[in-house]
Amino acid sequence: MKPFRIHHGRAAPLDRVNVDTDQIIPKQFLKRIEKTGFGQFLFYDWRFGADGKKTGQFVLDDPRYAGASVLVAGKNFGCGSSREHAVWALADFGFRAVISSSFADIFANNSTKNGFLTVRLSEEETAELMRRAREIDGHELTIDLEKCEVRDDRGFRAKFTIDEFVRHCLLNGLDDIGLTLQHEAEIAAYEAKHPAPAGIRG
Amino acid sequence: MAARTLFEKIWDSHLVATPAGRSPILYIDLHLVHEVTSPQAFDGLRATGRRVRQTARTVATVDHNVPTEPRGTPITDEIAARQIAALQANCEEFGVRLFDMDSPEQGIVHVIGPELGLTQPGMTIVCGDSHTSTHGAFGSLAFGIGTSEVEHVLATQCLAQQKPKTMKIDVRGRLPEGVTAKDLALGIIGQIGTDGAMGHVIEYAGEAVRGLSMEGRMTLCNMSIEAGARAGMVAPDETTFAYVRGRRFAPAEWEKAVSQWRDLPSDWDAAFDKVVEIDAAQLSPFVTWGTNPGMVAPVTGRVPDLSALRESERRAAELALQYMGLEPGKRIQEIGIDRVFIGSCTNSRIEDLRAAARVARGHRVASKVRALVVPGSQTVKRAAETEGLHQIFLDAGFEWRESGCSMCLGMNPDILQPGERCASTSNRNFEGRQGRGGRTHLVSPMMAAAAAIAGHFTDVREWKFR
Repeated sequence: MKPFRIHHGRAAPLDRVNVDTDQIIPKQFLKRIEKTGFGQFLFYDWRFGADGKKTGQFVLDDPRYAGASVLVAGKNFGCGSSREHAVWALADFGFRAVISSSFADIFANNSTKNGFLTVRLSEEETAELMRRAREIDGHELTIDLEKCEVRDDRGFRAKFTIDEFVRHCLLNGLDDIGLTLQHEAEIAAYEAKHPAPAGIRG
Repeated sequence: MAARTLFEKIWDSHLVATPAGRSPILYIDLHLVHEVTSPQAFDGLRATGRRVRQTARTVATVDHNVPTEPRGTPITDEIAARQIAALQANCEEFGVRLFDMDSPEQGIVHVIGPELGLTQPGMTIVCGDSHTSTHGAFGSLAFGIGTSEVEHVLATQCLAQQKPKTMKIDVRGRLPEGVTAKDLALGIIGQIGTDGAMGHVIEYAGEAVRGLSMEGRMTLCNMSIEAGARAGMVAPDETTFAYVRGRRFAPAEWEKAVSQWRDLPSDWDAAFDKVVEIDAAQLSPFVTWGTNPGMVAPVTGRVPDLSALRESERRAAELALQYMGLEPGKRIQEIGIDRVFIGSCTNSRIEDLRAAARVARGHRVASKVRALVVPGSQTVKRAAETEGLHQIFLDAGFEWRESGCSMCLGMNPDILQPGERCASTSNRNFEGRQGRGGRTHLVSPMMAAAAAIAGHFTDVREWKFR
């Protein structure tokens, strides 16, 4: 996994609440069996017309936000389906983090497995970043996971909290399957006491 | 020992390790796998030379992509066919049991787990699908995971998890006639919001919940994720045991299993992080009017007047009404529909089909409406045909299909056309969920059947049953 330490990049505002994973990556693109190539389909129904042509109306297609790597969005971001494709699509499009006042649990969980950061700030702080991203041309943010802090060069500074273990994995790009397998002896001991039911094995 | 909730008892008994400074490691009893969220996970195993640790705790089926036309019809969507073929190859290579397209037990993963007796009280159950919460109806801890965690469970049979908080939803009194588990779920989400249970595991309790059948409890727990919950659960009782008993993978040592299950319910004095009370008598059949399941109104109500909403909700409601093509203040029963979908992991079990058939019997689907009934599994389909339910639907002008997820998310050919309005028994009314530009209204199976016949939403409490 790609480590996440300090990221600096342009912010884009997505001023909607409850952005669900069906919007982030519509179902017709979930049939790919790879993890790559989902960025082109990000927010597809909002970005492209029924004829498959870009409408140019969606915020990410505004040239002011070209190359943005930090998305600022309304509360309950990533609600709905468990599709990790939503994180793959955001990352493949070029995002490294989303800032919101709340995230759906499964989306937040999926993010951590992909070196992608979900940053929880207060509603006021999120609204302020939304305003700055809209009003200041080329507004850039620094997301500092070492200090658990979001800042810009115009005096914005906010702390965020994150589970310490998740932070440790992100900072070091750790594969958590490997970490779990360090407990092989305990897993084996548990299995010895709780044998699998007979009959399921194919 | 301190009083514990049902959730805490299951959590504690599945802890494999609690390493300092790290998330606890939880053992997973049952891992359900389907074609959409698994191919990249199996690729990960291959890339790292890992195997499936416990094939005796892993079961796969195909559901999301499968066409619901008669079996044997070739899959015309090449990418869907490739995904199904990938699951078949992966199950073969890694030794995972697959209930394939041609299996007499194929079906939606959250329908066949309980049906086969795989889902049992006290278990930890995961699946790469958010509606895994369904299985909590049995008093198990069941939650959806992403593909990375699918790989994690395949490789280790464990998950590193942060402990969620607990929430009790106490439903006082009994559900009135015509008000179903689906209406209860929609009523709860309408009250607490789509993020109302974020970070929590819900335990549904109270007289109305105890009175639900297993099918009803599954519908209720299924929708937990739509309130943002990590999982939903109902304490196991005689209703639960009677459902599991005699099923194919039910425990061989039955009495011993039941006596352990009897210890699972929350201790009377166990504390929850949050408690919500619901008065069942106040509930009515519900219809969603917007683009998330919390945007809901009683069938006798109206689409909200925007000025009556809090400012924080107004903008979202405005966008939703724009997408849905609805005027503020419109009476729900004046909303006409084009399509009806009865199916999905929420409402495609035999009891759901019985309820819909009871409404449909002797009536005709409105001429402008196209209505689809998609049983949740081949087992449900056979049971319905034995009871003659399919004939009631066919006589009334409904289409009777093969099992699968179908129009709940439209990954197969069953989709809405732009602008089409659908009364659907599924779980999500998100923009484009059932097809780009499609407009979804979530309802119970009875309400869906009644809408199919009336051509618009109508109060099933006043239905003329024939």
